[in-house]
Amino acid sequence: MQIGNYIKILFFSLFLTFNAHAQHGEVKSEEKTSEKQEILDEIKEVKAHHLADSHDFTFVSTKEGTHIGFPLPVILWDNGLKIFSSSKFEHGEAVAEVAGNHYKIIHHKIYKTDAQGQVAEEHGHPSKAAAVLDFSITRNVVFILLVGLLMLWMFTSLAKSYAKNNGMPLGIGRFLEPVIIYVRDEIAIANIGEKHYKKYMPYLLTVFFFIWILNLLGLTPLGANVTGNIAITAGLALVTYLITTFTAKKDYWKHIFWMPGVPVPMKIALIPIELLGTIIKPFSLMIRLYANMFAGHVVLMSIVGLIFIYKSWVGGPLSFGLAFFLSILELLVAALQAYVFTMLSALYFASASEEHGDH
Amino acid sequence: MEKLINDFSLGLFFWQTVLFLALLFLLRKFAWKPILEAVEAREEGIKNAMDKAAKAKAEFENINADNERILNEARVQRDEMLKEAREMKVNLVEEAKEEAKEEANKVMEQAKQTIENEKKAALADIRKQVGSLSIAIAEKVVGSELESKDKQASLVDEMIKEVSLN
Repeated sequence: MQIGNYIKILFFSLFLTFNAHAQHGEVKSEEKTSEKQEILDEIKEVKAHHLADSHDFTFVSTKEGTHIGFPLPVILWDNGLKIFSSSKFEHGEAVAEVAGNHYKIIHHKIYKTDAQGQVAEEHGHPSKAAAVLDFSITRNVVFILLVGLLMLWMFTSLAKSYAKNNGMPLGIGRFLEPVIIYVRDEIAIANIGEKHYKKYMPYLLTVFFFIWILNLLGLTPLGANVTGNIAITAGLALVTYLITTFTAKKDYWKHIFWMPGVPVPMKIALIPIELLGTIIKPFSLMIRLYANMFAGHVVLMSIVGLIFIYKSWVGGPLSFGLAFFLSILELLVAALQAYVFTMLSALYFASASEEHGDH
Repeated sequence: MEKLINDFSLGLFFWQTVLFLALLFLLRKFAWKPILEAVEAREEGIKNAMDKAAKAKAEFENINADNERILNEARVQRDEMLKEAREMKVNLVEEAKEEAKEEANKVMEQAKQTIENEKKAALADIRKQVGSLSIAIAEKVVGSELESKDKQASLVDEMIKEVSLN
């Protein structure tokens, strides 16, 4: 949240100073400031709520406590499997009682509590003993499932349309096929080469469309922030890392453990650096996608929030214009980040599958 | 960084990895494999068709070239034949003329020869007749003047020679 806070402070301080100059009467200014503070807090809460994962699927929620949406299953591992509906939490306000155990959501995380909802604390934070293993079907998991089903439907129907239409795509496949060919020609073959690209194609295509569609979903009013979640990008980066490691040929390991063409002391010095490099590569993939999508959401929401702070004929349209411009930019970023992730994965695979004779 | 680690949800990570891998395997089997195969088959087909078209074009050009060559050959042959025929005609006419001339000459020669021979025979006959006639006349006219027959004959010969000299 550091990036988010930084951007928030930057934007709000900018507009607050703007406003302070505009105010004249001292008493009036104080009233206005407290009102403004309230709005700021509300925007901050909405933003935090949007950016974080949640245990229920809420489309709209009001300050009065009305939530429009549906609950999701909560799956906990706490000395045995516990499955119950997230409606028991009443949107984080109530303590859920399941088979004699009590649970409560604190800052989007489920903790074990006593009957009154009190968590055992350590240095002001919930203690380790209160933590439970949470495998709930959260909002992000629902989005992953939806995107997975959507992709299965899109691409199996494309695959079937070839048989029906004499080797030519039909319907949405007419749009998807050039993208698939682009991934194959410009990402896979261009980086990995004709000889080894085929075995990496399924992963590259899946990860490209998966990230792209989830990024695009993040721009819809549904408010999915899936690719801006570190756990998601970590999962993706892990797969890239595993594929790189398990398809690596002799030359890949040789470059790590006994770098050819450098003196022996250098070879030894390079071993830890190269080993660290293999971890840093997927780690950079994880951070890059997460930070880009997260920051995009934060900036976009901050600018939308400005409408409510800067209630005027100038601020509203200005904020709208900026938000519109940024949305267009995010549309580009959505595709770009999917491309970058796929492209870099392909590069890592290329270094793994490269052989001496391939140069 | 602490916030980042705190935000990390193990459950979400678990579901993401499991669902993504499931999606990857399902798509690989039911989508990417048939799609990529179909695209490759189509590309192969297009490449083959283009190769075939190029080959057909080359063949067509070859046939065209052949046709042109055959036509040219035929034209040359025709010209040659025409030329030969013309030459033959000229030769034939020439030969015929030559032959006709020769024949004519021969006929003329023969005619001349015949005339000459006839003339000679006629002359000899005339000479003979004139001789005997002269002798008879001379016998009758001169009679006595010429005692021996030898003298008479030599006289006649002289006279004939004079005649033939004429």
